[in-house]
Amino acid sequence: MINLASSILILAGLFFYLAGSIGLLRLPDLYTRLHALTKADNLGLGLLAAGLALHSQHLLTSLKLLLIWLAVLAASATSAHLIARQARRQETRR
Amino acid sequence: MNTTNLLVFDGLLLFSIVGLAWASLATTDERRSVILFMAFGLVLAVAWGRLLAPDVALAEAAIGAGLSGALLLAAVRKQSPGSSHTHANPDRNYSESGAKVVLQWLVTLLCAALAGTLAWALLHALSSAPHDTLPRAISDNLVASGVSNPVTAVLLNFRAYDTLLELAVLLTAVLGIFSLGQTTPGYQPAGPVFDGLVRWLVPVLILTAGYLLWVGAHAPGGAFQAGATLAAAGVVLRLTGRSRIGLPDGFVLRIIMAAGVGVFLLVGLTLLLLGRPFLGYPPAWAGALILLIETAAMLSIAATLLLAFVGGQPQSTAVNAAANRQREENSRC
Amino acid sequence: MLTAQVLYGLTACVIVALGLRGALLHASLLQRVVAINVMGAGVFMLLIAVAYRGPGLPPDPLPHALVLTGIVVAVSATALALALARRLHAEQDND
Repeated sequence: MINLASSILILAGLFFYLAGSIGLLRLPDLYTRLHALTKADNLGLGLLAAGLALHSQHLLTSLKLLLIWLAVLAASATSAHLIARQARRQETRR
Repeated sequence: MNTTNLLVFDGLLLFSIVGLAWASLATTDERRSVILFMAFGLVLAVAWGRLLAPDVALAEAAIGAGLSGALLLAAVRKQSPGSSHTHANPDRNYSESGAKVVLQWLVTLLCAALAGTLAWALLHALSSAPHDTLPRAISDNLVASGVSNPVTAVLLNFRAYDTLLELAVLLTAVLGIFSLGQTTPGYQPAGPVFDGLVRWLVPVLILTAGYLLWVGAHAPGGAFQAGATLAAAGVVLRLTGRSRIGLPDGFVLRIIMAAGVGVFLLVGLTLLLLGRPFLGYPPAWAGALILLIETAAMLSIAATLLLAFVGGQPQSTAVNAAANRQREENSRC
Repeated sequence: MLTAQVLYGLTACVIVALGLRGALLHASLLQRVVAINVMGAGVFMLLIAVAYRGPGLPPDPLPHALVLTGIVVAVSATALALALARRLHAEQDND
């Protein structure tokens, strides 16, 4: 039962990663690509971390996975912001 | 079924590793090359995990991809404004393009021959009976080593000489960097978003470094990974434009730079005086001595990597501020 | 002989050759440094592949320790090389 639930979570996570990657390749400009990458991949990583935490059935491991997810969330949101701001500045300068 | 799945995974992983290495070296755009190299390092870390080398995977992600990438990107940044002599004359030695093409093919052929020779040697080595004496010796003596992570046992006990000399190499490298010139210009003050991230990320990185150092005794981790994490805290502090990035001034900095080699030597010499072999820890004390050496090594490694990122000997903050002001005035003229 | 050892080992040989070729042919000093790092990664992969003993078996920790040392030495060599390149460019600018 727990195995099934964790498999479903991991598969769902992989689906969002796939969506994010397709978005990165197919979307027309930098801002939409950033949007696809950060939004979809952050959710994908969250689902993946939840699936792995369930799979490990260990509180300490689950907490570490949660911490990793939170750190990646903050880092990717910040870097997306920095990249978008830099691109915006270069546009206005032109 | 399991092995087939694993084979597919291996194939995909190796394909992306070779592809990233190729892409990183095929481009002539330096920034692109460095970013692809960082991606290459991260995928390599996955490969190390796949080959059951988690200690190496951590070090690769933190040092091979992270800090090397930061160093290389900082170097690209320094060259980019105005000066592009790296590309101005790519074939200055071979003005005739015909000679250049011949040379390129010759080098490619020789490199292919090297790959072939290496592959032959590898297959030859793998087809002979495996020599298991060393791994067995390690696992037999692990109990007496003071730690239960075999990689840490090799690094800090069985082959402690290697690690001592490695720390000496690090110290030499940073002294070389000191003698080559001044620090690179600092960064612009960051906006509120990045600054806000760094405000809580730096304490988390310091905690993580302490955790990695402690956990290295019985699980993947240790002084190298911890030192790299600590250096990363300094790197992000520098990226937000701060002038104080956790490096102490003058004399204290020198002590910290030399601490890894110094404590290692002190422990070794003390043991000699007590009638034991150099770095031959008594089993009862081995765990504590290894932790002591690793703590000093972590501080030295972190300081060295951070100084490499700064690019030279940091002046005291007052001098630094004056230099920055001077630089600003120069750029305004 | 394990399939994984052979697969990763042969890939490592290719990466060493790729890195060496880049280090010899690139005009940009920075990219030469990147190429040497790629070559180093190939050597590391060769060592880790040989250390692998199959799923479920503990791998040989000695090559792992060598590679860990190698990674740290590689980053310090990279830093020194970049500092040398920076100084070289500064000297060229002064001329």
